[in-house]
Amino acid sequence: MNTEMQGDSIIRLVNVNKWYGKFHVLRNINLDVKRSERIVICGPSGSGKSTMIRCINRLEEHQQGDIIVDGTTLTDDVKKIGEIRREVGMVFQQFNLFPHLTVLENCTLAPIWVRKTPLKEAEEAAMKYLERVKIPEQANKYPGQLSGGQQQRVAIARSLCMNPRIMLFDEPTSALDPEMISEVLDVMVELAESGDMTILCVTHEMGFARKVAHRVIFMDAGEIVEENNPEDFFNNPQADRTKLFLKQILQH
Amino acid sequence: MADTTAHKDEEQAPITERIPAVGWVWKNLFSTPLNTVLTLFSLWLIWKVGFSFVDWAFLKGVLFADSRVACREISPHGACWGIISERFDIFVYGRYPHEHRWRVNLSFILLIVALAPVLWETMPFRKRGLLFTVAYPFIAGWLLAGGLFGLDPVNTRNFSGFMLTLVIGVTGISLSLPIGVALALARRSSMPVLRIIAVVFIEFIRGVPLITLLFIASVLLAYFLPPGTDFDLIIRVLIMVTLFASAYMAEVIRGGFQALPRGQYEAAEALGLSYWKSLQKIYLPQVLRISIPGIVNSFIGLYKDTTLVIIIGLLDPLGIGRSLLSDAKWAGLAAEMYLFVALFYFISCFAMSRYSLYLERKLEREQAAEQN
Repeated sequence: MNTEMQGDSIIRLVNVNKWYGKFHVLRNINLDVKRSERIVICGPSGSGKSTMIRCINRLEEHQQGDIIVDGTTLTDDVKKIGEIRREVGMVFQQFNLFPHLTVLENCTLAPIWVRKTPLKEAEEAAMKYLERVKIPEQANKYPGQLSGGQQQRVAIARSLCMNPRIMLFDEPTSALDPEMISEVLDVMVELAESGDMTILCVTHEMGFARKVAHRVIFMDAGEIVEENNPEDFFNNPQADRTKLFLKQILQH
Repeated sequence: MADTTAHKDEEQAPITERIPAVGWVWKNLFSTPLNTVLTLFSLWLIWKVGFSFVDWAFLKGVLFADSRVACREISPHGACWGIISERFDIFVYGRYPHEHRWRVNLSFILLIVALAPVLWETMPFRKRGLLFTVAYPFIAGWLLAGGLFGLDPVNTRNFSGFMLTLVIGVTGISLSLPIGVALALARRSSMPVLRIIAVVFIEFIRGVPLITLLFIASVLLAYFLPPGTDFDLIIRVLIMVTLFASAYMAEVIRGGFQALPRGQYEAAEALGLSYWKSLQKIYLPQVLRISIPGIVNSFIGLYKDTTLVIIIGLLDPLGIGRSLLSDAKWAGLAAEMYLFVALFYFISCFAMSRYSLYLERKLEREQAAEQN
């Protein structure tokens, strides 16, 4: 019904509010994400940035406002949540691979049981994505046998296997040792530049933001404080809080 | 010259250093006068008790005799194992009818067949074997009780001895695991009604001694059931034992669910997997693995608790033994009988405990392999 109104927006957040008990985590969030748009979200810890993207695939519930993903409004309806999750891939800070399954099984599990893809087809697709994240040779190992960077790349491949239209990255490099950050970022840049996927990424990697983002959003205390294209965001921040934050993270 | 100095050195080194065992004994057993006294006293005690036991049980013990009197004629002060060797069959089959004993034997053999795929992981056709394992309690139930497909019915009142332990143990173990998982899930459920039912059930069962539940099964249920219904006592006991074990199992499994990192739940949800698929493919395999020590612990507890059925008049090996003692032929041989029954339980439980240890070690190795 609101497909026409939404134009080419693929995600819309309208006056979204969320509380943890008395703590107001998200305050009147309004966000329109266009199809194929790539957005980087940054902000100090506790600013609600992770919570916001976790609301998009309903790992967290919002209490007020509307979240519309690909024309479907998020409600308690389990079926709709399932439909949305199928189209929205997510990569976590802690990778969250399934430790009892091999890399290949991690990648084929959801296609087989959610999309009903035949095993062989799912495995071929998984190998294709593992090649894309440059670790096809690890397919039969267990996640615990891989380095953090490799695990995160497997996690990216696992999400891609579902052919999502939207990818959410929740601080994908924060838990990695410094020398592994670039191998994951490289994969993400390649992914961003090669396709028409909509990407929302919570990260403090400003180089990544400059390189691939169409828009950078700065959040603080549960609000979207400022948003702009990367060029203007970094060179000409408007709000004081943004300036302070940028100063803090760029000092190092 | 060099030779002599070496020899001298050797002589000078105290004996406690030259032979490590001597050093250990010296340091730990005779280091102070008090230590020495305690050591000597303990040795004397071990000698006294241990030797008297060995003397009584083995040296002067009589293995075969057909009554206590016959035993005493052979050896007046030794153990009389005749009560075991002569009546071994009654310990195993209890009062199960003679002509149907082959059904008990067959059940034992099938139990081994059913256990094989569980214990032997690389068995050929393991999947099909596990199907048999799942079906085993029902097959054994039919074999033992009969009454269907041309098998003569055997009154379950005759279930006794070792076979009774096995009937209760196997039923309890094989049913308490799935029921425990279901209860744990219910207790974690977001549906308040389901959760409350699970909490009330678990807390009630855990708050009541098993003996009380068995009394309820044997006495109280008769009041609730319509008059004239003959609800098999063994079935009632099986239900109570299973419920009891399930409540404990539920808590063990719930602990396993809590130990699973939150990220596993989130990853499964984010991939769009349904609750039941995630449970089957992601949560349970990990949760059961974490919970193995607790699960086996519950199994051992359940197995030993089966002796409590003696209170409501069922004859497990202990009950059989006691009934033997009231036989004039064997009266007065309580020590032999209790030792034998204790040994029987010890062997079963020790085997389970060792198996659990083996599993834990194996899982540790696997996890180490998964991480290297």
